[in-house]
Amino acid sequence: MHKKTIQRIRRVLAAVFFLGITLMFLDFTGTLHTFFGWMAKAQFLPSVLALNFIVIAILLIITLLFGRCYCSVICPMGVFQDGVAHVYNWFKKNRYTYSKAHNILRYTVLGLFIVVLIAGVGSLVALLAPYSAYGRIVQNLFSPIYQWCNNGLAAVSEHFNRYTFYSKEVWMRSLPTFIIAAVTFVAIVILAWRNGRTYCNNICPVGTFLSFFSRFSWFKMHIDEEKCVKCGLCTKNCKASCIDGKNGFVDYSRCVTCGNCMAVCPKEAIEYKHAKSNPVPATSTESVDTGKRAFLIGSAVALGTAAFAQEKKKVDGGLAFIEDKVAPERTTPIVPAGSGSLDRFRKHCTGCQLCVSQCPNDVLRPSTDLMHLMQPVMSYERGWCRPECTACSDVCPAGAIVKITKEEKTSIKKGQAVWVARNCIVVADGVPCGNCARHCPAEAIEMVPKRGDDTGKLFIPAVNESKCIGCGACEYVCPARPLTAIFVNGVEQQRTV
Amino acid sequence: MKDISRRDFLKIMGAGVAATAVAAVGCQNNDPAWTDATPLKAQKGKMTYRTNPKTGDKVSLLGYGMMRLPVIEDKAPKGTSGRETPAPIDQKMVNKLVDKAIEYGVNYFDTSPAYCQGRSEHATGIALSRHKRDEYFIATKLSNFAPTTWPREASIKMFENSLKELQVDYIDYLLLHSIGGGEDCMQMLRNRYYDNGILDFLLEQREKGVIRNLGFSYHGDVKAYDYLLSRHDEYKWDFVQIEMNYLDWHFANEINEHNTEAEYLYNELDKRKIPAVIMEPLLGGRLANVPDHIANEMKSREPQRSIASWAFRFCGTYPNVLTSLSGMTYMDHLDDNLVSHCPLKPLTQEELDFLEDIAKKIYDLKNIPCTACQYCMPCPFGLDIPSIFAHYNKCIKEGNLARTADDSEFKKMRKAFLVGYDRSVPKLRQADHCTHCGECVAHCPQRIRIPEMMQMVDEYVEKLKQGTL
Repeated sequence: MHKKTIQRIRRVLAAVFFLGITLMFLDFTGTLHTFFGWMAKAQFLPSVLALNFIVIAILLIITLLFGRCYCSVICPMGVFQDGVAHVYNWFKKNRYTYSKAHNILRYTVLGLFIVVLIAGVGSLVALLAPYSAYGRIVQNLFSPIYQWCNNGLAAVSEHFNRYTFYSKEVWMRSLPTFIIAAVTFVAIVILAWRNGRTYCNNICPVGTFLSFFSRFSWFKMHIDEEKCVKCGLCTKNCKASCIDGKNGFVDYSRCVTCGNCMAVCPKEAIEYKHAKSNPVPATSTESVDTGKRAFLIGSAVALGTAAFAQEKKKVDGGLAFIEDKVAPERTTPIVPAGSGSLDRFRKHCTGCQLCVSQCPNDVLRPSTDLMHLMQPVMSYERGWCRPECTACSDVCPAGAIVKITKEEKTSIKKGQAVWVARNCIVVADGVPCGNCARHCPAEAIEMVPKRGDDTGKLFIPAVNESKCIGCGACEYVCPARPLTAIFVNGVEQQRTV
Repeated sequence: MKDISRRDFLKIMGAGVAATAVAAVGCQNNDPAWTDATPLKAQKGKMTYRTNPKTGDKVSLLGYGMMRLPVIEDKAPKGTSGRETPAPIDQKMVNKLVDKAIEYGVNYFDTSPAYCQGRSEHATGIALSRHKRDEYFIATKLSNFAPTTWPREASIKMFENSLKELQVDYIDYLLLHSIGGGEDCMQMLRNRYYDNGILDFLLEQREKGVIRNLGFSYHGDVKAYDYLLSRHDEYKWDFVQIEMNYLDWHFANEINEHNTEAEYLYNELDKRKIPAVIMEPLLGGRLANVPDHIANEMKSREPQRSIASWAFRFCGTYPNVLTSLSGMTYMDHLDDNLVSHCPLKPLTQEELDFLEDIAKKIYDLKNIPCTACQYCMPCPFGLDIPSIFAHYNKCIKEGNLARTADDSEFKKMRKAFLVGYDRSVPKLRQADHCTHCGECVAHCPQRIRIPEMMQMVDEYVEKLKQGTL
């Protein structure tokens, strides 16, 4: 076997996974998940949350056979760090050093992670999980750029009267999540730039978990003592800082089988083969920086209650000003159809933002609630949860949103519309409306005569609780602004009506 | 491969041979329309004029409608005029347009206090005041639509303000603006012109010479039209402004049962010898922008003339027409219309029949009869009504309105409709936000039942999106 073969195979596979997952997050047309959706479902932590035992078993078997190649091929965060480190290698070669494993740190983080996972503190799970952190970075930082480029193309295609590209509104779904993504991005880039895989071997709970298995893997990087001249080049090229070349020791708990050491060894003394572990090294003195991450919490938007001011017509032409809608205070958050109960959803969701990036109706956005930060919630200021769309349930890799069909969706109750009389233009301004009733796909709203109205023209909406599914069509088309006269509260347990 | 029966094949071949033969004969005849390679040009000094029987005014058959004035280009969305956008009116361009129009003999300028979001009279005044007062006739209107302008003082103030904005001390042609509107057109008429004594005021002003000609413009319920004409002996209308074009001539009522055929309206004036001023000769540009197969028919007859020219020649063919108003936003609009009117070549009976046939074909497209006049705007709930209708009609014109999901190009049509919809109308101004308040209905001169049409468009969009067409 050529000494660069392992490195090359790894690079090709990593590129395929990395591009596939990244493009899937960027794509807003709902087409790419058909091809790349399985890549998200092959992610370790989402599979654990989805109780997808087959995927877990396959990933563990791969690790037991080949080591932590999951980390250098399948995990997009791992590949992303390799990419960053690789760029720096162009400027400074042979820059890594060996360091001892920081067991206390990594086991503490893993232990903490398991505790919050069981306790269901979604925000902390989402913060630490590698795939989710990467998804957040793409959704918050890369996708606006992607969409602006797309909008440029859409303008060109509009100019030529073609419909190939359509423009997509770029908007920030949640400031705290954006800040977290930005801080994560900067921290990861700095760590990877300086020391390669610091994050993977000290913080990442998936990496630490897989390390228990990789140390027993069948195939390993093996240093042939007879060929080795102790030049230390392998150590200087190990981005996991896990080769102690002087002592001929490899820490397999941290090795991600990237093959870089094989590729640089001048004596071809390193082989990827079945072998017993090397002896434990005598001493080590160097240490690695540990990254710390901080996050900021934004404040909620202030609420106003003024009803929509209708403009009076005097001359012809012109457009009335439209005030932005403000999200109402929902007693229970709304989560996508297929989530089951709120508790269940929150325990499964890793906050990866894949559903948010796929929602074509601008309904899903990350929660700003501290306990469930970054987990998606729904709101209807910019669109409503349309009956023909099941995008979020199609892509969810963690089983938080179970796959549903369009037919099932039309009967799943995810919320309950409530009417706010004082905001309704029928009550406040005494003009007829009924737009909510006209647009209810479940026919759950009927207009009934307003009591005390002599004109016989005023009708108010009556919401039939047993029919309402909480899709938000009524809220979206309600003319009252900034707060609507009809809005949806979530339900604790979703059910079929 | 489409199946073609032998019979069809022969038919097609036959038609082809016939067409070739006709073309060959045409060449032999040296038809100037075909052989003259240079485009037609407007001839200075050859404007066709009509005479006002009362005053003897020589009125140009092409009148300038100041309703769609140009705006400063980089401050407004592409293709909009002062009606749609609050962007500043491009006064320099208005002056240039007016100068050229006058140079070629146009002398009738029609405006209103309501036009261009209330800015038309001012801009018209600036442009015209640069010319000698006897070079042009001004037509403006008492546009007291809003109930706040119904009181006598408010209406008189509006009239006096028109004189001020237009920088003149008399108005050549003054109109009661758009009678026939409102839920009850007679009540509306009383509110606006009778109960407040404004009609008497205007008659007085005519006596004094502040108004040289008094008339009214009519859209909508024919009751008001018939009523005002029935009192012609008393009021002595000097002119009446009606909507007339080859589509409305026989199809106005078919398109909308509440509307009246232009033929009836014209004949009512003709028999009383009241000159007719024509509005919407092009139906807000719709008759200049027809589907390709219809355009081709017109072009194959008159390759040198524009599609729009047919509509103007139609109106000009009727001798009792005093002038046809055209809202010319762009210089090329003006240039083209000057070609059509300097001089006007009336249609032959055979050409009138041809247009009747074209009208039938346009009617069969089932367009929404919106002329983008913007009277309905601003919608209090922020909808962009004319743009929604324009998009719907555009899809009909381009063959992108699917009737069923089985249409062979359904996917393409669906995409064109939905993507184009989001492009031409912002989401929050789309049809789904119509509350059916009905504010617009009274203002629509075409009497389109706008809320129902909005619901129709919205339901169509929903069907496309949900895949239930």
